[in-house]
Amino acid sequence: MRVPLEWLHEFCAPDLPARELATRLAMTGTEVERLQRHGPDALDLFVVGRVLAAEQHPAADRLRVCRVALGEGDVAQIVCGAPNVAHDQTVAVAQPGAILPDGTKLGRATLRGVESAGMILAEDELGIGTDHSGILVLDDVGSGEESDELVPGTPLLDLLPGLATDVLELEITPNRPDCLGVYGVAREVHAATGAPLRVAPWEGALPSAWAGEVEGAHVEVRDPDLCPRFTATVYDDVRIGPSPPWLKARLMAAGQRPINNVVDITNYAMLLTGQPLHAFDLDRVAGGTLVVRRAREGEEVVTLDGQPRRLDGEMVLIADADGPTSIAGVMGGERSEVQDDTTTVLMEVATWDGPNIHRTSQLLGLRSEASARFEKGLAPEQTLEAQSVAHGLMVDLCGATPRPGLIDVGGAGPAPEPLLLRSATVTRLLGREIARERQAEILRALDFGVEETPGEAVGAVPFATAGEGLAVSVPPFRRLDVTREADLVEEIARIDGLDALPATLPARRGASGLLMRPQRLRRRAEDVLVGRGLHEVVGWSFTSRELLERLRLPADSPLRAVVELENPMSEGQAILRPTVLGSLLDAAGHNVAHGHRDLALFESGAVYRTGGGRLPHEHHALAILLHGGLQPATWGTPQPPRASFFAAKGVLAAVLDALRVEWTVTPAEEPFLHPGRSAAVVVAGERVGFLGEVHPLVVRTWELDDPVAAFAVDLGRVVAAAPEVERYVDLTTHPAVRQDLAVIVPAGVPAACVVEVATRAGGELLARIEIFDVYEGEQVGEGQRSLALHLEFRAEDRTLTDQDADAVRATIVRALGDELEAVPRGE
Amino acid sequence: MIERIEQLRAEGERDVAGAATTAALEEARVRHLGRRAELPNLLRGVADLPPDQRGQVGRAANQARQALEAQIAARAQELEGAELDARLAADRVDVTLPGDPPQPAGRLHLLTATRREIEDVFLGLGFTVLEGPEVELVHYNFDALNHAPNHPARDRTDTFYVGEDLVLRTHTSPMQIRAMESHPPPLYVVIPGRVYRRDSDATHTPQFHQVEGLAVDEDITLADLKGTLLAFARAIFGHEREVRLRPHFFPFTEPSVEVDVSCFNCTEGHLRDGSRCALCKGTSWLEILGAGEVDPNVYAYVDDERYDPERIAGFAFGLGIERIAMLRHAVPDLRLLYDNDLRFLEQFG
Repeated sequence: MRVPLEWLHEFCAPDLPARELATRLAMTGTEVERLQRHGPDALDLFVVGRVLAAEQHPAADRLRVCRVALGEGDVAQIVCGAPNVAHDQTVAVAQPGAILPDGTKLGRATLRGVESAGMILAEDELGIGTDHSGILVLDDVGSGEESDELVPGTPLLDLLPGLATDVLELEITPNRPDCLGVYGVAREVHAATGAPLRVAPWEGALPSAWAGEVEGAHVEVRDPDLCPRFTATVYDDVRIGPSPPWLKARLMAAGQRPINNVVDITNYAMLLTGQPLHAFDLDRVAGGTLVVRRAREGEEVVTLDGQPRRLDGEMVLIADADGPTSIAGVMGGERSEVQDDTTTVLMEVATWDGPNIHRTSQLLGLRSEASARFEKGLAPEQTLEAQSVAHGLMVDLCGATPRPGLIDVGGAGPAPEPLLLRSATVTRLLGREIARERQAEILRALDFGVEETPGEAVGAVPFATAGEGLAVSVPPFRRLDVTREADLVEEIARIDGLDALPATLPARRGASGLLMRPQRLRRRAEDVLVGRGLHEVVGWSFTSRELLERLRLPADSPLRAVVELENPMSEGQAILRPTVLGSLLDAAGHNVAHGHRDLALFESGAVYRTGGGRLPHEHHALAILLHGGLQPATWGTPQPPRASFFAAKGVLAAVLDALRVEWTVTPAEEPFLHPGRSAAVVVAGERVGFLGEVHPLVVRTWELDDPVAAFAVDLGRVVAAAPEVERYVDLTTHPAVRQDLAVIVPAGVPAACVVEVATRAGGELLARIEIFDVYEGEQVGEGQRSLALHLEFRAEDRTLTDQDADAVRATIVRALGDELEAVPRGE
Repeated sequence: MIERIEQLRAEGERDVAGAATTAALEEARVRHLGRRAELPNLLRGVADLPPDQRGQVGRAANQARQALEAQIAARAQELEGAELDARLAADRVDVTLPGDPPQPAGRLHLLTATRREIEDVFLGLGFTVLEGPEVELVHYNFDALNHAPNHPARDRTDTFYVGEDLVLRTHTSPMQIRAMESHPPPLYVVIPGRVYRRDSDATHTPQFHQVEGLAVDEDITLADLKGTLLAFARAIFGHEREVRLRPHFFPFTEPSVEVDVSCFNCTEGHLRDGSRCALCKGTSWLEILGAGEVDPNVYAYVDDERYDPERIAGFAFGLGIERIAMLRHAVPDLRLLYDNDLRFLEQFG
């Protein structure tokens, strides 16, 4: 909402510099996006001039050399190219040094050998219109008072106060459509600054003739639920033409292009009152009857912009005897619009259902100044305010004759419920007392009615005691916004100023702040990775369907149960990621493309799949990706280890062991992993993720180098398996006995299998078992490999002897031999 | 005999003192105390001496041997120390070379680091950290937060839909309702999380992160909100910060405010050299979040009589993690946070 201060000051003119006014508004709830300067600058150089002579330029057909009187005997020679410049015209002149609205600074010029000291202006050059066909002739401007103002030398600003002004660009919150009009803003300024507020321009301006039917015009509202009020007036003898410069100047300053006097009047009245209007050419309304109704499914209207619009059964249109002529509250129709030959105007001012207008404008992709106001919900009372403003202007500017009567279907809205405002509530919500007199003063400034509580029920409000607070009546234009006591507290708080609020802390009885266990353990897991030199990335939740192909997922892959967006911003963001592997590969791709080939990355974030209850399934995943060297080559380690299955497994172990989770991996294939180097991560008997080297074909599509190693786990399930409280175990009273064991097993036997058999055979006395060496080669023979194990034996109640340990070891060797054909090596 | 012993001792002492290396010392030891040396043999022969000489000679020889032994031990220690010193002195490394193998420092992403910092501030203020679903019911995201049916945030141009009544949450606020549904008052929680809006330019990405705050108790006031956010602003932006509340509108708070923190980059909008501060654009205030007292209608959506707006009151706020991180670390473009470029990642966390 652009509010020219020149216009605002007509109703409320606080004695404040524009910038301070902007701050005051911002601090009372009206956000000021910017404060702009509109129009030309160096204003004293813009004056009224009289053309004393206009003679042909000696060297240019299209130029005239004018002598222009600028007052007090001052005559300037100005070269002018406009076709309409003529002797004895009163014109607008910019003298050298003047700054035009587009920022151009005017200088003395020589045009084809003739000096020119200034410029005779067209209206677009002044910024008060769009016409550039000729210079602005001020003789035509007059409203009959062609008196002193047109004396040469008069500052142009005296004639056109709207020529240059500061403009407040306001961001009006959706609850305040009353501030989408200059007068509504003036009311706010009044409350915020205390500067007096002039009576509203429509007060007392309602013509007494406004009652009863209007001859030759009929309105039928078939869907009153969507059209609470429809008013119409009719004007005869309308002369369509340009609006006067003062009105054009205000429209331009407010950001609206002038069109013709009738359309400009509807825009002007809307900008002033916040209530949109629409002018029909009544002679083009078939049958002289307007019908307001829901559209039939698929019905078409050609709007003002020449576009055909197809409506659905919930959209409201205005039809005449020939069919639809206008989309209610959104845009008028081409067929009945006001044209140059229009002589009879039907001025429609109606109230529409906000949500319905919002829906229509959304579905049609059609937003207008009108729909932007209607969709927020206007008060039916505002219709007559706008009619009243338009009435005066129609008579003054178009020479129109009002036809007696006023069509009014629906009438005023219901009286808002009175509200109780208890002083105790003000203090309870704000944490600070505000005197009741001050409360009343603020509410009155905002046009609320205020009385001391009478001590009895008023309306629906049970008033407990007299003197408890204020009984407040809400003005119609705030009917939707202020419905409860808390809403009144807000009005008082914002106008009184929040600066005075003390800064206190809540008492917090019994509350204590702490992280939940999963949050604490998630931090621990992330910290382990950071400590291992990995960098965290934050990827997009969105991804492309193409990801599923790039990961080679078969049709029945559970990862294909993706959550799809109904309205993605692009195909690349059409689904929610079913795995974090994609974003890690993306991050790796980005960095490799920028010359960083040694990468150790992790991500900690949500993944999404369909299924479950009303909401899709979401879990928090922790995943890593390793690419290239695990550490930089250095003077001491010129060939550092590279990313591999076991490097990733080592990092996985670091995380899971830090969380004290019991875990294993078992061979398991994933379509996106190297089939020989992939595994399922198992925690508490359940598969919680994968570990492996990424399939070379997948690696290739991201333009990475083989091998890429990765794992991903469902962190929620991992954390759930972590012990809640660690319990002390006595490991010192009876020290352990340590022995090593090397066995030769068939190469196909997984190491985990050897460990499992040995663990079972070792029983209670085997406290720990660990593989520390693997050998394949000549010494153990083809198809065999040797595994070396650290064994640790311990009893809780005694210190074991070597003989005790030997016995258990022998049992283990026997079991390995029986179950896995294992032979002890070197024995 | 005694004289000979004295002579042997003197010779021995001379040789030991003169030994310049441990090898020379060993040679001297063998020469004077070895199996073939005269002094030990002399001691062994004491038994063959006449009885009246045995005592005297034996004592003298023994003393001489002990003295030599002690001297050799002392000399050995001396020589070994010197030799170790010499060896160590030769065994010198260039301590200015980098450590090896290197232990690269990993980093948390700036967003995670900032989120944790914010969480920690509120943990210290007595708030508990909760989390909630990112795909959310329209009921929690809009309806129960008192959004009018025509509120523009519901538009498909603004919000991602994944079903008729399912959206990607547009803020962390739906967790206000979920938190109240599962916990009676008093309730002090912050809810960090990822949120989504259909917007993409230098200052908007379709996904971003927020921290929601909610405090509901018998006597929570707008002044408590101010104090809490002042404590937060000072913890994050420095202890000399101030906050100011500006009235605003949000459907689910009443009164609603926007909160500004005093600019930490300038004085009254101007830098030392007198130029206008680019961070706060000369206003001396930085907008950091939206907040307010919980709207009574919101309590009505929580089906729990303990949330009766006549008996309890609360405040809520929602802040953007990206905004805090960018302000604090002078990150100029939001999109840098999602490029995951190592040259960016290495700078933070």
